[in-house]
Amino acid sequence: MGRKILLEKINVEGINTYDVYRKEGGYEAVEKALKKMTPDEVVEEVKKSGLRGRGGAGFPAGMKWSFIAKPEGVPRYLLCNADESEPGTFKDRYLMEKNPHLLIEGMILSSYALGCNTSYIYIRGEFMWILRILEKAIAEAYSNGWLGKNIKGSGFNLDLYVTPGAGAYICGEETALIESLEGKRGNPRMKPPFPAVKGLWQCPSVVNNVETLASVVSIINNGGDEYAKIGIGRSTGTKLISACGNITKPGVYEIELGLSVEEFLYSDEYCGGIKGGKRLKACVPGGSSVPILPHYLVTKTAAGEQRLMSYESLADGGFATGSMLGSGGFIVFDEDQCIVRNTWNFTRFYHHESCGQCSPCREGTGWMEKVLHRIENGHGHMHDIDLLWDVQRKIEGNTICPLGDAAAWPVAAAIRHFREEFEWHINEPIKCLEKNYGLVKEPELAV
Amino acid sequence: MHNMETTESNIQFKPETLKEIDRIIKQFPEGKQKSAILRILHMAQEEFGNWLSVDVMDYVSRLLHIQPIEVYEVASFYSMYNLNPVGKVVIEFCHTGPCCLVGAEKILKHIETTLNIKPGETTSDGMFTLKAAECLGACGYGPMLQIGETFYENLTEEKVDNLLLTFRTMHS
Amino acid sequence: MPKVTIDGHTIEVAEGTTILNAARQIGGDLVPPAMCYYSKLDISGGKCRTCLVEVTKGSEKDPRPMPKLVASCSTPVMDGMEVGNKTSAKVMDARKGVVEFLLINHPLDCPICDQAGECDLQNLAFEHGASGSRYEEEKRTFEKIDIGPNIQLHMTRCILCYRCVNTVDQITDDRVHGVLNRGDHSEIGTYIQNSIENEFSGNVIDVCPVGALTDKTFRFKSRVWFLNPMNAHCKCDKCSGEAVVWMFGDEIYRVTGRKDQYGEVKDFICNTCRFDSKDLGKWTIEGPRHIERDSVIGQGHYELKPADNVKEIG
Repeated sequence: MGRKILLEKINVEGINTYDVYRKEGGYEAVEKALKKMTPDEVVEEVKKSGLRGRGGAGFPAGMKWSFIAKPEGVPRYLLCNADESEPGTFKDRYLMEKNPHLLIEGMILSSYALGCNTSYIYIRGEFMWILRILEKAIAEAYSNGWLGKNIKGSGFNLDLYVTPGAGAYICGEETALIESLEGKRGNPRMKPPFPAVKGLWQCPSVVNNVETLASVVSIINNGGDEYAKIGIGRSTGTKLISACGNITKPGVYEIELGLSVEEFLYSDEYCGGIKGGKRLKACVPGGSSVPILPHYLVTKTAAGEQRLMSYESLADGGFATGSMLGSGGFIVFDEDQCIVRNTWNFTRFYHHESCGQCSPCREGTGWMEKVLHRIENGHGHMHDIDLLWDVQRKIEGNTICPLGDAAAWPVAAAIRHFREEFEWHINEPIKCLEKNYGLVKEPELAV
Repeated sequence: MHNMETTESNIQFKPETLKEIDRIIKQFPEGKQKSAILRILHMAQEEFGNWLSVDVMDYVSRLLHIQPIEVYEVASFYSMYNLNPVGKVVIEFCHTGPCCLVGAEKILKHIETTLNIKPGETTSDGMFTLKAAECLGACGYGPMLQIGETFYENLTEEKVDNLLLTFRTMHS
Repeated sequence: MPKVTIDGHTIEVAEGTTILNAARQIGGDLVPPAMCYYSKLDISGGKCRTCLVEVTKGSEKDPRPMPKLVASCSTPVMDGMEVGNKTSAKVMDARKGVVEFLLINHPLDCPICDQAGECDLQNLAFEHGASGSRYEEEKRTFEKIDIGPNIQLHMTRCILCYRCVNTVDQITDDRVHGVLNRGDHSEIGTYIQNSIENEFSGNVIDVCPVGALTDKTFRFKSRVWFLNPMNAHCKCDKCSGEAVVWMFGDEIYRVTGRKDQYGEVKDFICNTCRFDSKDLGKWTIEGPRHIERDSVIGQGHYELKPADNVKEIG
């Protein structure tokens, strides 16, 4: 049984209310920080913890904080990214819904560390009911003196607000989130300048994911060193994994980083194996943007080593034979799923969500969707596969924001590992409408 | 390209909504009231018939002291805003990958057949509008759909039938 | 002052200068093309990705190369930076891709487009495009609309550079047109029937890199390469009055701002000069306008003596 930090109290009756949360030790980290620690000491603990951004990029949180500019007389803002919309990812929603005070406490600590006196939670518009849960919890925190002026006599002031999006995946990109928070279209900004220098209303800002901010609470309570003891190598601490697709027990799990993929996928404590006793076909381990892995690369790496749930192990082999931990959206495909259809589906998603600002993403995502749709429906040509490869290659790395990469990677990985399935669709245009291809063969290793 | 149909000639939020809007605008620094636009448009959509007419958007632009085009630009960017009239009940059905792995396409077909409409259309009695939505963040509980603020998850054909019946009864 | 080397040419530039502007200071072939950046606008650039370059050395201090190609229009130079444009195979490959992306939904109706001959996209495609298209699908189309009595918007040709929006933002507080919708459904528009009423609105025509915004007083009157551009000025209380009048015989067919080799106007001219001053008597003609752009209109030999002309042809 792995250690639980974020979900430790998730099943305590009434943990979503202030009274229960407080009784269970809530807000003690804020008490500790405000009484005994300077803001820099809080930053230092987070650095020591090795905590990495849980939104997908995995950038060290403490280092991100240390980049924030501190010009005299200019306000700084902490922005919580609760725009969870990466297909396969539904962990932040679970945490906010069940234990809103944990996020609020994490935000108070982080705002204190960064010297922010106003902070915002930007939550996707479809989660309006969670916005109401958060607003209720924030009101409780205000009335108990954890928010507002001179918090618990410390002299530290903090106002915290929640504000909704309205249906745009791109607003999970930090500069698009800032634009949206300013009441504009969610068009990502050109960088530099980075948000740490010019963010919300041109003021220094830090954008952190819900899970990242919630993790700060235990880091302050128990110390960064304690947190760093959990996990493996540079993948410290615990991570929420939202598991979905063809598994027996879909849901949100907290794992210690370094757990083997095999145990996560097959043990009854987590996913409980492939539903209905079917065989595993493929897995997208970190949200729809990360490369898909064929069955023979899921539980072990190309070198034959055990694959672990960690930033490093999931990326082992690079894009040739690895993937990424990403946001922790773990999507499992059984033997009856069609990779071409799924790739088309994901590409349709990115096409729909492209903001349209820069040409490679605006035009390329739609183009890929059309070609994939053609192949899936038995109208593809053999040269379409090379065309797709070339289009994704010309999107990747050439766009303003990472959405271009996110759209390109799934296509590239699908062709890389499932080319024979694409070819089968083209060679068997009628059969492919009636049945699915099944498992791909494991390529023989070059000796 | 746009719908010129008006909602009402004298558009005005209810007094309690205006009070709420005032509270929301105060969450942002002076002069940054535009930041409240997304939330206000949600409220406008709820209060003025599930969609945003030009009149409603112009009204919001006046409330926020911004140009009407700034509201059109925003409203047309975000997929939750309806810029054309919709039915009394708007069904947002998730059809992104993870939901499809667990049978969303079959359920969507079932809804289409039952209501005799395709995504993007409204039933002839003006009761239901069906929208195919991209990932709503409930991937472990698919197939799923959203009506208003509520998520309906782990859908089966039978569950969908009951749901449609409930809403039909509620609104007729 | 930072020193930057672009395609092997080194130049010292002011702090904060972008790679693109440093390249323009050097001039010549190594200047990256720019479809959305416009130096006369406070905000522009970054979107079209045609000006992507490879930074092979970040700076003297941090010589690591940049992992991705960068938009030269919005990336400031650092001291010791080394940049590859034409000399970078990666850049040429990416640019070819960008041109293809810009063209897949472009109507390629150059034969009936007023912009033909002075179109940035046409030039770009000529230099970097492929001869055939790999795009088999239907292109997206829009209805033509008028945004004011003298300006027509043909959205089908638009490449969404945002220049016209940024221009109006800069010259007025009452912008009525903007970017609507999202992704490849994005369009420039007013949403409701509306016209841009500002006295300087005609400049959106000059900043448009393609034929999406055209001058209705000139539409279909002539191909631009049949006209003689003349520098001319008039007494105007709204703008500098310095413009280019495009003539056929003694007749003025159209009036535009004075554009440099990058297609950028020297000054924004007012609508009266642009649309309502086709009377030759209003203008003082200074002489032939030298077109510095490498484009069809730059090929006209009207300013050369007949003898030179003969020599060139011979």
